[in-house]
Amino acid sequence: MKAAVIVFPGSNCDRDLAVAFRELTGHETVMVWHGETTLPDGLDIIGVPGGFSYGDYLRSGAMAARSPVMRAVADAAGRGVAVLGVCNGFQVLTETGLLPGALMRNAGLNFVCRDVGLTVGTSQTMFTSRYEDGEEIVIPVAHHDGNYFADDATLDRLEGEGRVAFRYTGDVNGSARNIAGIVNDAGNVLGMMPHPERMIEAAHGRTDGRRIFEGLVGALA
Amino acid sequence: MKTRVVVTLKPGVLDPQGKAVHHALTGLGFGGVNDVRVGKIVELDLADGTEPAAIEDMCRKLLANTVIENFRIEQA
Repeated sequence: MKAAVIVFPGSNCDRDLAVAFRELTGHETVMVWHGETTLPDGLDIIGVPGGFSYGDYLRSGAMAARSPVMRAVADAAGRGVAVLGVCNGFQVLTETGLLPGALMRNAGLNFVCRDVGLTVGTSQTMFTSRYEDGEEIVIPVAHHDGNYFADDATLDRLEGEGRVAFRYTGDVNGSARNIAGIVNDAGNVLGMMPHPERMIEAAHGRTDGRRIFEGLVGALA
Repeated sequence: MKTRVVVTLKPGVLDPQGKAVHHALTGLGFGGVNDVRVGKIVELDLADGTEPAAIEDMCRKLLANTVIENFRIEQA
């Protein structure tokens, strides 16, 4: 199984995500620079990491979404390759149009950096199959622009189609309907603000994020 | 050809920066400020004869996120 992590200028969680993929797939993760126009052959998983790509210029994720490599990522997502965007990666995926909505400045204006409670919105995706529906887990967030926004029709559709993967158990950043993570209509692209790669082994304090990677690897095996 | 693109949050979209600025103005003793919205201005220096449609395309594809923002194009 082959996983890649995209690296933009300003990415800072790329290594953590690469380690998580390596731990669960048993193979070294390929790092792909943003200027590349093609991806390595035979990829099963693409990670779009957290950080501050291009210094968050214009809008978080806006410049990264227009980088050469994201065209290749969008093509791969269209072919069904699994794509996991975390934090800035989620922002990049919405700016690219692979996921609906937008991530705005936190409603409280504060940068929020702490462990937060989440409920699992659905276990019916390749990312969340190792959780129970409605299960409460704890995963850290660290973001300034995590306030998920979409119009009511889009929110209704996301909920109706079971595409809300995770919700905050309380108000963290002003997100519409407390949405913390969503999947695309085909179910192979997940974007989420919390950082599951920061909770995959006992030394991290908890392992609540590990099951995302286990589920993904299990689904693709 | 100087062109100015004004990007603003759509009406109804929460603007926490605007709220904070509003709060600060009130704190400075400025009464009568009903609301504050913060936007951004992008100044473009374009080749003469650049089609308006091309400028609008730039706005839709990059300068504004039309999920949350409106834009206005002004010829300087």
